[in-house]
Amino acid sequence: MTSESARLRWKTWICAAVVIFSNVSGNFFLKRGMPAELAGAAAYITVLFRPMVSLGVLLLILWLASRMALLSWADLSYVLPVTSIGYVLVAIAGRIWLHEEISNTRWCGIALIMAGVALVSAGTPPQTTKSPMEEGAHTVGTSR
Amino acid sequence: MKWAMVGIIVAATTVGEVLQAKGMRHHGEIRFRAGRLHRVVAVLARNGYVIASIVAMAVSFFAYLELLTVSELSFAVPVTAVTYVFETVLAKYVLHERVSWVRWTGATLVICGVALVSL
Repeated sequence: MTSESARLRWKTWICAAVVIFSNVSGNFFLKRGMPAELAGAAAYITVLFRPMVSLGVLLLILWLASRMALLSWADLSYVLPVTSIGYVLVAIAGRIWLHEEISNTRWCGIALIMAGVALVSAGTPPQTTKSPMEEGAHTVGTSR
Repeated sequence: MKWAMVGIIVAATTVGEVLQAKGMRHHGEIRFRAGRLHRVVAVLARNGYVIASIVAMAVSFFAYLELLTVSELSFAVPVTAVTYVFETVLAKYVLHERVSWVRWTGATLVICGVALVSL
């Protein structure tokens, strides 16, 4: 049981890292690639063929897929706070690559988010309820 | 206009993400094994919760783009972080997750932090 929960915890952290990375980088490329204005409906299609925009869209598809995979075993009330570390990464990336100032208020916000993420990820198990199908499988038996 | 968009985004995001969690939990833990993932995709494409969640999240995505044309990012980000509150409440009462006080505290810290970061 303990090795099972350790396995789930590791799997959760790896998958959460993919969710966070793909979301932050996907949004970054999308914003870099988007023109200031989209004129007409056709522009919404042609903009997808810009390399930066297509890379951003691909990363956001990876984000959707990895988030769905993560939610297939992890609780929503666990995934929400843990993946919000992305807000911190965006602020820090802005400081490193775009030389944006981080005010004291923003540093306080970053500290609060990190405390929340640490509390939930280290202090609670990723899963508190089993899927109805898995529960059914356990009662039927382990014939696999 | 601005607040109407916020209302649409918050409602669509909350509904979409709760349905996504519901659908994926119904499917059960995905095990990453080569040659089996295409079967997972085929099963999920017929999962009603998953389909409805993707529709709701698409509505939320386009409403968010619309909001960004009429407001600053520093307004859009914290105001949409309200979904964390609704989703955590729904996670407890609709998804029947055991939301301990540690998780409530963590979620509250994150919401306050997001608001401060985007000020």
